[in-house]
Amino acid sequence: MLYFSKLKLFIIYFLIIFLSFFSLNNFFDINKNFIFSKKINLGLDLQGGSYLLLEVDSSPILNRDLQQKLLNIRKELIKNKIKYQSLILDNETIVLKIDINNIKKFEESFLDKDNFLNPYYEQYRSYQLEHAIDGNTIKINYSKFGLIEINSSALTQSLEIVRRRIDEVGTKDPTIIRRGSNRILIELPGLENPNRVKDLLGKTANLTFRLVSENEDDFGFEKLNYENSDDKLSVSKRVIVSGDNLTNAKPAFDNITNKAVVNFNFDRIGAKKFARVTTDNVGKRLAIVLDEEIISAPSINEPILGGSGQISGNFTFQSATDLALLLRSGALPAPLNIIEERTVGPDLGEDSIKAGTISLIIGFLLVILFMFFKYKFLGLIANMALIINLVLLLGILTLLEATLTLPGIAGIILTVGMAVDANVLIFERIKEEMKTESSQIHSFDAGYQKAKTAVFDANITTLISAIILFFLGSGPVKGFAVTLGIGILTTLFSAYFFARHLSSLYVMKNKNRVISI
Amino acid sequence: MIFNINNKMAFSNYYKKFNLLSLVLIFLSIIFLFFKGLNFGVDFKGGTLIEIRPTDLNINIGEIRQSFLKMNLGDVTVKKFGQQNDYLVKIEMKKEKKSDFIKSINEKLSSDLGSNVDFRRVENVGPKVSNELLNDGILAISLSLAAMLFYIWIRFEWQFSIGAIIAIVHDVIITLGFFSLLSYEINLSIVAAVLTIVGYSMNDTVVIFDRIRENLKKYSKISTSDICDTSINETLSRTLITSITTLLALLSIYIFGGPILMGFSFAMIIGVIIGTYSSIFVATPILNYTKVTQETILKEENKN
Repeated sequence: MLYFSKLKLFIIYFLIIFLSFFSLNNFFDINKNFIFSKKINLGLDLQGGSYLLLEVDSSPILNRDLQQKLLNIRKELIKNKIKYQSLILDNETIVLKIDINNIKKFEESFLDKDNFLNPYYEQYRSYQLEHAIDGNTIKINYSKFGLIEINSSALTQSLEIVRRRIDEVGTKDPTIIRRGSNRILIELPGLENPNRVKDLLGKTANLTFRLVSENEDDFGFEKLNYENSDDKLSVSKRVIVSGDNLTNAKPAFDNITNKAVVNFNFDRIGAKKFARVTTDNVGKRLAIVLDEEIISAPSINEPILGGSGQISGNFTFQSATDLALLLRSGALPAPLNIIEERTVGPDLGEDSIKAGTISLIIGFLLVILFMFFKYKFLGLIANMALIINLVLLLGILTLLEATLTLPGIAGIILTVGMAVDANVLIFERIKEEMKTESSQIHSFDAGYQKAKTAVFDANITTLISAIILFFLGSGPVKGFAVTLGIGILTTLFSAYFFARHLSSLYVMKNKNRVISI
Repeated sequence: MIFNINNKMAFSNYYKKFNLLSLVLIFLSIIFLFFKGLNFGVDFKGGTLIEIRPTDLNINIGEIRQSFLKMNLGDVTVKKFGQQNDYLVKIEMKKEKKSDFIKSINEKLSSDLGSNVDFRRVENVGPKVSNELLNDGILAISLSLAAMLFYIWIRFEWQFSIGAIIAIVHDVIITLGFFSLLSYEINLSIVAAVLTIVGYSMNDTVVIFDRIRENLKKYSKISTSDICDTSINETLSRTLITSITTLLALLSIYIFGGPILMGFSFAMIIGVIIGTYSSIFVATPILNYTKVTQETILKEENKN
């Protein structure tokens, strides 16, 4: 165990020097364009920033789609001359009552794989809708896979719009990824104002232009609130033009009132529709509605033919800027709910880095002092192995460009405390061997040999914990699993290669002296 | 020299006493866990946690409480946290939260206190997510116990597996018992701590078991309890040194690592002490009770 071939020594020391470069890289700016420009990333809890988990609330889409399905079913029934007693949408379920003799006929057309009513997904071997028959009642709702399809298409669209909105805010290095079938995970490092981003993401930004009713209780009208107020206004349910027809939106100041406004342009179709409606309805009022709230309802003084317009309301320049941003990036297909948020301010991050570094240094010194007092010269070897261990650990973290979190720092400190274990196991074993063995070289050799299983066993258990934590832990805790796990590997390397080499040099040099442990 | 234990200590004489102590501790822990329960943080219960620092140093905790009371947010707790004038505010789950919930709290608080309030940290966890995190945590701990069981099952004979698993369960229950007794908050990092304790306690036990098995093979005439004593004594200084260096590192985190890591390091400190104790006084006696002898080991080896 004490003999090292030249090649082996070369590899050991090459690895140590190679990784030292990487770990040093975190403290100095050596060369930006070199491969050594890699650095350990700081987690959101250390550099400050926001972590947001959004969930798509697909129930509005579901209701809208089922409403459409209901109309299609009615058409289908009429086409097939099936009389029905009632056909209603109740709690995301279509309830159809037909004559019991017609059920078979309906089912046949419903389960026809080529019908447009109820598409069949080859890849899932399932229909979009599923139905249950109870007497003369048929209940129809989305099948599991139908729901997956709806969620997934809503998520894909939402992801794109979320990305556009966040890009427009201009944060550095945002991470936006999909999570599961209906969630979006966002990480925004170093974000100054998380509330603004949350406001922007919390809005569906569904903009519509609709006529205001003169008669409060007209049919086909609904009462909507003004934004930030309890005032209500009766507005047509019929949408003249929606945000989909906008090509551009910009904040500006109105020339006359000097108030913040949003200027916008319609695309060709939008411009045509808008021109027609404003021509036909001069003197009436037009409501500008965002997410079922009225922003403003100006009177149409003259036809607007140019395809551009202006939204005025109670804006500050900031809120006009945000509204323009929302209109440019488009409406979300469904509302997004923030179901988890973790935000750390930059100064807390700095404090955490300071506290983590101080406790690392103190923990390190305490362990080193203890080992030196306990084992004297061999203690020095263990301590050198500990230093190399830290350097290797940092080097690998840098090489992997891993993310260091506050629990991750705790993992490094814990590694310092537990790493000496390998050397302690070996030294204690050598000490025992010395009691029965006259040759010191043999004692060292046997000590390393016999301690092998114990060292391996002792480390594998912690490694198991770290691996499980890595796969099941989230965010900062994952950082702990990473440092703890890599720490075990570097511990084994530094004890069995580096420290063993130092011990062999030491014992060879002191062949004729009695070494006391 | 420190921890050079030359005198052989007869640990086996104290098995009964310490087993009784362990049983009492486990019993008390279960009573506490059952009747007092654990103080789950927002990670597992849902809700909002805000770490605040008012710019004005003269603001006291009463004024902050008063301001939150006026906001009518339901159950709100405010307590001091860390140094200076930092406070931790915990708001129990309300059904729906708007996206500008945090912003409006900040505005109201700042205007009430007449001073700018810095929100150093905000954690907002919805009920769905907190349930998932709790399930993941329980799954992680169960999985690691299962993994340890599997590992020790392939490495040792069944008597050893029983000893090791009982020792680990003993450690986890008593550590959680301490958390219940002291009403310390259980959050994600505590789950990480418990998993690490499981790994650590296992490691400690395995080192002693390794030695017991080695000695059982070597000596056929010595009684199991004497073998256990010898093995514990032979590995004792290693056991103590490793525990001490680990505890030194943990103490350093506990004292200097800032308030966020306090719960984690506290759990680990308790766990390391109990884990060290349990490998000597819980795991090893079980080998004695299940009458592990040289034959057990040889029989098992012949099978393979």
